Amino acid sequence: MKVLIPGITGRLARTVATKLHEAGHQVLGIDRRPWLNAPKDIEVFQIDIRKRAAEEVFRKHRPEAVIHMATVTHLTVRNEDRFRINLFGTRAVFDHCAHYGAKRCIFVGRHTYYGAAADSSLYHGEEDPPFAMTTFPELADLVAADLYAGSALWRYPELDTCVLRMCYTLGPSVSGTLATFLKAQRVPMVLGFDPLYQFMHEEDAADAICVSLEKGLRGVYNVAGPQPMPFSNLIRAAGRTPVPVPEIVLKLAFGRFGLPALPPGAVAHLKYPVVIDDSSFRTATGYNNKYDEDQTIAAFRSVAG
Amino acid sequence: MSLLWDEEVAARVDRLELPFNKRGLDPYGISKKDLTRWFSILSWLYKNYFTVTVEGIGNVPPRGRCMLVGNHSGGVALDGAMVLASMLLEMEPPRLAQAMVEKFLNLIPFSAQWTSRTGQLTGLPEHAERILRDERLLLVFPEGARGTAKLYWERHSLVEFGSGFVRLALSTDTPIVPFAFIGGGEAIPTVMNLYKLAKLFGAPYIPITPWLVPLPRRVPLRILYGEPVRLHGSPSDEDAAIEALVESVKQRIAALIAAGTQRHRDSQQRALP
Repeated sequence: MKVLIPGITGRLARTVATKLHEAGHQVLGIDRRPWLNAPKDIEVFQIDIRKRAAEEVFRKHRPEAVIHMATVTHLTVRNEDRFRINLFGTRAVFDHCAHYGAKRCIFVGRHTYYGAAADSSLYHGEEDPPFAMTTFPELADLVAADLYAGSALWRYPELDTCVLRMCYTLGPSVSGTLATFLKAQRVPMVLGFDPLYQFMHEEDAADAICVSLEKGLRGVYNVAGPQPMPFSNLIRAAGRTPVPVPEIVLKLAFGRFGLPALPPGAVAHLKYPVVIDDSSFRTATGYNNKYDEDQTIAAFRSVAG
Repeated sequence: MSLLWDEEVAARVDRLELPFNKRGLDPYGISKKDLTRWFSILSWLYKNYFTVTVEGIGNVPPRGRCMLVGNHSGGVALDGAMVLASMLLEMEPPRLAQAMVEKFLNLIPFSAQWTSRTGQLTGLPEHAERILRDERLLLVFPEGARGTAKLYWERHSLVEFGSGFVRLALSTDTPIVPFAFIGGGEAIPTVMNLYKLAKLFGAPYIPITPWLVPLPRRVPLRILYGEPVRLHGSPSDEDAAIEALVESVKQRIAALIAAGTQRHRDSQQRALP
């Protein structure tokens, strides 16, 4: 199968691309960033997904399947550009898929779509509304991109659209939202709160995307790994020290003392859980995570120390 | 044994038929360690402070989905705590009842942590349904906060029941075990409730007792579990049909309260010198 991956130089996307390549698929990629040392058979076009040159890749190469991973998820990037990439980029991907004959398109989204709040349910099913915008308005563009991708199911019925809402990933790359937070030796928590955290090994996340492609999955699915665990347990298991801090102090400390410059809304994710029920995905694909929570944390520690 | 770690309680927590992993955590984030700490305190209160008498515990099925539905009694959730203790300490095998707690508890530091580690989830229909579909034991007080706000002289009455529990029982085909809790009103005799002050904390009300704070008196308590009821109907039935089923459950609880109150009085009179 000829597979195009917009956003191919991202950490997870590279793992997906390599796995698909090894499985015998022809893999192409689009990204503004270069992929140094990419496997020689993987052709990477260093262009912006929103530009005409990206459309030319679709027109010329006619991919059968597209895995859209060209969304900006870093919360420290908060500008007009991020919103435009996430919304107009997503529109461009689905429009090009429909116009140039792609059969399948997978949108890789985040489980943070559901939001963390005192009165939201512990486990979220795919039917749950996106609550993230109320507690964490900075996630609005990612929520909108997810909903927009889902709308392709009725806008382009001939295209098999699949939206994956994936939990946090953790592993030897030591990158991503959760890994960034766990890098420091002392990890802040909100005093009096210890939410459940759900995460999966990077390899499992890549396998889940690949199996969605192989099975021609259509619809919206939550994707998770092992059972969630309390944040304090995760911090200790990662060899770090939890430092409970009153909420008001923590909000002021973001961007200082080695903490990432997160918006105040991020505190909700340190107080309340975002846990997803991925039983529909497991039933539809037969997927099972290979790594349990200890192996996943050990993989992170093997590099992060 | 210490007040915070009772080995007997720890052994009973070990026997809970819940899918704990090697870390002693279940998929809801319920922790064996936190359960043991919490139930060690409840066990002391249950056995030594209040002396709780339980009747009809055999009416609660040892396994599978079930809904315990009863009356509120006492200005704070003393009733819920003692029902939970009775399920862990008296059932064979022990069971963990999971209640639907007021949303404001999840806003308060430490309280939010405690509710999530002990499986006492925020009162949401999604939570109730998941607990039942996972073949667990759900504790429901259909009077809600209106029930715990009852004043001392209203303690044997029942206020309006919500109807959600009936639709849930019908949609999940769950048996209901009605129960009556007697004595909570004597333990925490609320003489008035402060509603405006409570709003500042996001709580529904603050109960005031003759000694101001809702610290419970040392009184005997009684819990009567009635025979299980299986409701018949459709969860999509109109309100009138559902209300009739709600009323039938309410009548059973009222009958249990009447019987329990009489036996409670009799036993207290016998205890007098």
